[in-house]
Amino acid sequence: MHTNAATTEHNPALRHHFADMTQQKNSASLGMWLFLVTEIMFFGGMFCAYLIYRLAYFNDFGAASTSLSLKLGTINTIVLLLSSLTVVLAVNAAQRGKQKLLFFYLIATIVLGCTFLGIKAVEYHDKFVEHHVPGPDFHFVAEHPEGHSEQAPVNQQHAQMFFSLYFVMTGMHAIHMIIGVGLFSGLAYQAWKGRYDRNYNTPVENAGLYWHFVDVVWIYLFPLLYLISRHH
Amino acid sequence: MASVTTIPEQENYLTNGYGIKSWLLTTDHKRIAMLYLASITFFFFIGGIFALLVRLELLTPEGDFLQADTYNKAFTMHGMIMVFFFLIPVVPAVLGNFLVPIMIGAKDLAFPRINLLSWYLYMIGGVLITHCMLTGGVDTGWTFYTPYSTAFTNTKIIEAGLAAFVAGFSSIFTGLNFIVTIHRMRAPGMTWGRLPLFIWSNYATSLVMILGTPVIAITIILVAAERLFHLGIFDPRLGGDPLLFQHLFWFYSHPAVYIMILPSMGVISELITAFSRKRIFGYRFVAFSSIGIAIIGFLVWAHHMFVSGMSLYAALIFSFLTYLVGIPSAIKVFNWTATMYKGSISYTTPMLYAMGFIGLFLIGGLTGLFLACLGVDVHVTDTYFVVAHFHYVMVGSVLMAYLGGMHFWWPKISGRMYPEGWGRLAALLVFVGFNLTFFPQFVLGYLGMPRRYWQYKAEFQVLNIFSTAGATILGVGYVLPLIYFMWSMRYGKPATDNPWSAAGLEWMTSSPPPTFNFDETPVVDFEAYDYEHIKEAEVPVAH
Amino acid sequence: MWTNFPLWPERASTMAGNVDALYIFLLLICGLMTVLVSTAVIVFAVKYRKRLGHRAHQIEGSLGLEITWSVIPLFAFFTFFAWGAVIYFQERTPPRDSMEVYTVAKQWMWKFEHPEGAREINALHVPTNRNVKVIMTSQDVIHSFFVPAFRIKQDVLPGRYTIAWFRATKPGTYHLFCAEYCGTQHSGMTGDVVVMEPAQYEAWLAGGSTGAPLPVTGQGLFNQLGCSTCHQIDGRGRGPSLAGVFGNKVSLEDGRSVTADENYVRESIISPGTKIVVGYKPIMPTFQGLISDDQLNALVAYVKSISQQQPGQPAGSEATAGTQTKSQQVH
Repeated sequence: MHTNAATTEHNPALRHHFADMTQQKNSASLGMWLFLVTEIMFFGGMFCAYLIYRLAYFNDFGAASTSLSLKLGTINTIVLLLSSLTVVLAVNAAQRGKQKLLFFYLIATIVLGCTFLGIKAVEYHDKFVEHHVPGPDFHFVAEHPEGHSEQAPVNQQHAQMFFSLYFVMTGMHAIHMIIGVGLFSGLAYQAWKGRYDRNYNTPVENAGLYWHFVDVVWIYLFPLLYLISRHH
Repeated sequence: MASVTTIPEQENYLTNGYGIKSWLLTTDHKRIAMLYLASITFFFFIGGIFALLVRLELLTPEGDFLQADTYNKAFTMHGMIMVFFFLIPVVPAVLGNFLVPIMIGAKDLAFPRINLLSWYLYMIGGVLITHCMLTGGVDTGWTFYTPYSTAFTNTKIIEAGLAAFVAGFSSIFTGLNFIVTIHRMRAPGMTWGRLPLFIWSNYATSLVMILGTPVIAITIILVAAERLFHLGIFDPRLGGDPLLFQHLFWFYSHPAVYIMILPSMGVISELITAFSRKRIFGYRFVAFSSIGIAIIGFLVWAHHMFVSGMSLYAALIFSFLTYLVGIPSAIKVFNWTATMYKGSISYTTPMLYAMGFIGLFLIGGLTGLFLACLGVDVHVTDTYFVVAHFHYVMVGSVLMAYLGGMHFWWPKISGRMYPEGWGRLAALLVFVGFNLTFFPQFVLGYLGMPRRYWQYKAEFQVLNIFSTAGATILGVGYVLPLIYFMWSMRYGKPATDNPWSAAGLEWMTSSPPPTFNFDETPVVDFEAYDYEHIKEAEVPVAH
Repeated sequence: MWTNFPLWPERASTMAGNVDALYIFLLLICGLMTVLVSTAVIVFAVKYRKRLGHRAHQIEGSLGLEITWSVIPLFAFFTFFAWGAVIYFQERTPPRDSMEVYTVAKQWMWKFEHPEGAREINALHVPTNRNVKVIMTSQDVIHSFFVPAFRIKQDVLPGRYTIAWFRATKPGTYHLFCAEYCGTQHSGMTGDVVVMEPAQYEAWLAGGSTGAPLPVTGQGLFNQLGCSTCHQIDGRGRGPSLAGVFGNKVSLEDGRSVTADENYVRESIISPGTKIVVGYKPIMPTFQGLISDDQLNALVAYVKSISQQQPGQPAGSEATAGTQTKSQQVH
């Protein structure tokens, strides 16, 4: 039942259907990359719907977009980018066997992730208060910059379409962030118990890949939702 | 599992642990395949009961057996269950799970626990759809077009959608597992060029599973969100576009049919070679045609939308691309036929299913060409012509290949032979019953009988009667294997390691295999289908 | 065909014969292919059955054969594609001079309004040898207008117009089916297309109780709803004059240029801010929810009627102007 390689002491993390740790690590990495490909297709469907309506309802989407808080969106972007940095540093710490540092960076990532989610909650609350949540209470009033009072009145249906897509897309993203925070909490616990070292840190790497992906999705969401039609 | 009349000498995956926990918490890919076998068979018969209800109603032109709403729910549940809970998982999850590691010389799939998770996700989806069925069901057709599904029907769309969503993740994880396994866990010497074609097919299928399924997932979410929160993404009254739904839906659902047919084609390659005792004709062409079908299959989805109001020029492009995707399938059919040339052919049950497959897949695929043809499609789309076409490729092809594969690998899976005489009888009943059921539907469709019709014009009755008669025969043909496979687990003749003297690593281990598949990791220094060098032990005898 | 076992429905339109010809061609080629391959399988199965002393002959493959049986089907497929595309193009390009019938589909019935004002439910009377264009919309879900005897089918969508056309050749009564599942009574949403000789059709038109011709109804609504206040014919109102607009290109504020077809007129009434004509302010109120599909049809018909004075300008259709003349030779 064992391979014909010389029987030596093997890494306690080796699962027995693998011949060796290299095969296990390569398989795990490939698996995570493939999973991220499925996530690209998943978010892709939403981006596709968004782009179609953006082009069809160009002005109304522009007007709706300006009601999002550029300040909060930018802060969140910075927060997420920072969190990707802490992830990279965590992986690096694991690879160098620095367990306390690893734990620190994992916690830092979780904190930054929760910060993002907190700010998002504030934004959602603002939308609720301003009656920008799709449904019977929806009512959008555009703020026209000076000198542009002759813009067409914003079509309520088209504005509602923007916000429907805004909530579905950022909501999906937030769910993925929550899953990410959960993953990293699990990792932090295992790191605390000293499970990761130079010889075995694949879960940290792969969870890191996941986190980077969720970050990249935000990098697309932010300009598409917040930055369209800001120039006038 | 049933007790055996002769106790095998070595432990195998079936005897390695008893009790429900050893099955429900297993990570052995072979046991997981058996878990799937049980649940998928269950859902097949549920879907079959709905088909029976539909065909009974259609014996007469009037709606006199079921109420209209009940009929509409019956054909919807038939479609949903057959598509999401039978056709998409069956060959990969039952035969693929069992055979992929063994065929490449590995001990298990790359991610055994994710494999078990896949089955649990399937079961959760199954529980959801069963609950949905029992509490009213859905009546939109399995295609749940908007705005009917989002704003008009008051049936349980969200629950059914959730069921499909969860089952979809089962599919994604299976595909992911197969891709990593095939890339990373081949035994020494097992190069890509030596892989059995069943592996190539499952690899291509897995590509489609992971790339396509997420799109239906997000589509379901959008439909659910629209229903729950009265959004307008697909509703024209709120500024939305119903055609956007159709594009998103078919972007997955067309490649989904390749998820169904590709593994079946892989099975057929195995059966034809084994029972012609010949290497496959044109190995490279057959292998790459699977990849070709997977890729081009993503480019043709809007051929379901030629009369939808879509742009004329888009229709032209999709028609053209659809013809292109027919070429790799044609290549396979010709190569299988050429494989039989100058072979040494036995008429075993699996071979009967395989030969039947070639004829029925030919008709199914060729009638696809009729549908790809814009001028004809305008007349026949949304009629029984389409229904006949897809049943030829799904039932006449996928199901026949699955049954052929089950008979072929049954000795390996169970350690028993099935009764050959009954096997051939069932194969014959399936072939005859199938053609009687579905061939008249081509005629019905061209005559103008629309699909999803609870009541129909009297002039269509005769052909409908033939169709229902065929369905009865077909049903018997399906029940027989259920009975004799179960019978064989206790009373079947114990199987040797290689009762068919077939090529492939799976036949070089015991029947049933041990838990870790091989006593020693095989080293592969031979080509696939190396029938030149395989001695024939015995000719299988009917019993 | 044998009347007791028909393989196709009656041919009652100019397109029916074309579609059947292509169908028969496909049947012959695909039938031939099926017979050839099935025969090969059966012959091989018998001729090369397992016998004592006979071993299988291992053959790796043949590049020549692979190319042959890829290229030949490819050419056959291109033929199928091209012929089908030509027919499809004709089917989706209504001729210029078609008689227009406005169709409203709803769960679960068909409503038709003739240009002269005659209204029908679940029945459509048409004369032979006249191009008929149905301009269709749905009041609720997606339906589909299917007349097997004419070999035409077109989905009917809510919120927009879709178009089908036919030229009936043979008097008789033919089935009209809804071909897109639309709920409980989907299979009951059927009707009759009654094709009559021209003289009888005129008699039928005159005999029934009709409303005013559609454009006249539309003109009444145009005034009643206040459209005429801004859209003055002489162009001096706050909105553009609509005379001569239908069927021609319209330049929009954002630089785009669109053709003013039925869907453009409809959208302009329902969602006026989406496309603003260059030089005008976006002040038109929306009429969504304030008028019915029937009233919309009447308004569209009216707008069309005040453009038909322009000679040589094609009426709106699915294809570009350049192909219009070709489509007229369809029969």
